[in-house]
Amino acid sequence: MRTYTNPIFEYRRPPELDGRTRHCPVVVVGAGPVGLVAAIDLAQRDIPVVVLDEDNTVSVGSRAICYAKRTLEILDRLGCGEAVVNKGVRWNVGRVFHGAELAYRFDLLPEAGHRRPAFVNLQQYHFEECLVRRAESFAQAELRWQHQVIGVAPGKDTVSLRVATQDGEYMLTCDWLIVADGARSPVRHMLGLDTEGQVFRDRFLIADIHMTSDFPAERWFWFDPPFHPNQSALLHRQADDVWRIDFQLGVDADPEEERKPERILPRLRAMLGAEAKFEIEWASVYTFACRRMRNFRHGRVLFAGDAAHLVSPFGARGANSGVQDVDNLVWKLDLVLRGLAPERLLDSYDSERVPAADENIKNSTRSTDFITPKSAVSRTFRDAVLSLAKKHGFARRLVNSGRLSVPTVLRDSPLNTPDRDPNFAAANGAMTPGAPAADAPVSGPRGDWLLDYLAPGFTLLTFGDAVPAAQSVSFTGGAVSCRTVQVGGGARTDCAVILDKTGLVAQRYDAQPGTSYLLRPDQHVCARWRTFGANAVRDAIARATGTM
Amino acid sequence: MQALNTEPNLPAPDDFYEELIGMHRGLTDAQSALVNAKLILLLANHIGDPAILRAALDAARDGVAPPVDTIQQTE
Repeated sequence: MRTYTNPIFEYRRPPELDGRTRHCPVVVVGAGPVGLVAAIDLAQRDIPVVVLDEDNTVSVGSRAICYAKRTLEILDRLGCGEAVVNKGVRWNVGRVFHGAELAYRFDLLPEAGHRRPAFVNLQQYHFEECLVRRAESFAQAELRWQHQVIGVAPGKDTVSLRVATQDGEYMLTCDWLIVADGARSPVRHMLGLDTEGQVFRDRFLIADIHMTSDFPAERWFWFDPPFHPNQSALLHRQADDVWRIDFQLGVDADPEEERKPERILPRLRAMLGAEAKFEIEWASVYTFACRRMRNFRHGRVLFAGDAAHLVSPFGARGANSGVQDVDNLVWKLDLVLRGLAPERLLDSYDSERVPAADENIKNSTRSTDFITPKSAVSRTFRDAVLSLAKKHGFARRLVNSGRLSVPTVLRDSPLNTPDRDPNFAAANGAMTPGAPAADAPVSGPRGDWLLDYLAPGFTLLTFGDAVPAAQSVSFTGGAVSCRTVQVGGGARTDCAVILDKTGLVAQRYDAQPGTSYLLRPDQHVCARWRTFGANAVRDAIARATGTM
Repeated sequence: MQALNTEPNLPAPDDFYEELIGMHRGLTDAQSALVNAKLILLLANHIGDPAILRAALDAARDGVAPPVDTIQQTE
């Protein structure tokens, strides 16, 4: 490639080949975006983790390029959000064309007062490099390149792994195994586990081109464009003046032929104009599936990301949902490993992330059906929606070129304490138990954004002087620590005080004096009250940690 | 909650029917199919109520069965 050379990560001979044995609390299989985020989160929580990857570099080709706001917020918590955002291309606006005409334009983040944009586009190789660099900064994270898992034996108390290297095979044992080895998941196959769902037959061509252009940093999607009749096309700007172009090819396309530059170039010329100057960086022809494993927890083996569930690329729900998987999983593993929560807390990983996968599969299947209609009548309705959308607002809401990734609200989670104050539930659906915390600008001792205060453990976010100092200290010193963060109210030394300088915190959290939110370590709301009560907070923490 | 009204509700049914057929005058079958789809979408949005729309979908589909699958026929 012209703009990027894949780094080669050094293979190291493992000490196990020289007679040392090692038992790790957690082993992660797969150093892709999901495995690396898991490793960083574990290491940041001071849990030793070994990552095994059969390869010795980051992603070959740009692959997953759209990283959603929630992913960036998770990376902020893990200390590498800034690196990704600085390297990436921010965007909020999408345009949808039908034929040669603009059908409509949408803005995914129409309001101010958020640290992160709706999306950052960044080639997966850059994204992974940021994560590798961050992971390597922790003594607790050991990345083992060219270490291939060739056997898995889950036991009652540990999981045993057989690992192959160029110097021979060795055994490794762990308490918990995170499987993040991608769509084909060799480990899933070794365990005889399968995914269920739909496979789609339409083929798509991805071409990354290097081009200097003044096209805006927006997502442009065409239905039936003049340069590619009867099919769809998608354009995204990435870092380093690299552009992603996605062409729908239909079910009869020959993948070997379509990969050839002499087939790709005329398509690009038709789209970009005869005079455009560009070079092809990377191209791939793909099909996709919307499938998932029935369960993501199998005893001590936990599946995450593409290994557990697959979606179509429309909506950027693959890597983003995988990052949410491990964001959900790691704090639970941390509490279980420290003996602060029972192992059954890990069942909630399954009961929270399986519905999340279903939500993503549902959305991405709907997008796929809209973009590639499977029958004449489906095509007719699709075209009817697109033609109405130019004039009528209602039809724009039906246009589905991809429902872009938003974090799942864990509405039915067993870890939630249901709202008791009816006025709360009625007044504000946004920050309901299960919702990820909304960001907002603040001022205080640890930075200018609310989310920076809602980590690394449980947080009691209170508005005004509702929590007596003795209580806030007792929460912090409890078995499961919960720090109090007070918005407004008087100065105090027992907890952090932040100022809601724009009023957006109170607005987004539907807050009145005395309102309190309990946030989990992954920044999801698990309980909220209009008035503070110490026992209610203790009960909610117990519920959120699986101890009651 | 309102139910799907299947009692007579059009003030001049023959007038409406004539206009409906007239809307398709001069169109190819494919164009007519498109115009029908647009009409359904416009009316569905106007109605809005998901329960009424679901009742209408069911009433429309009622009595129309897909052809028997060829695999089933050979069994």
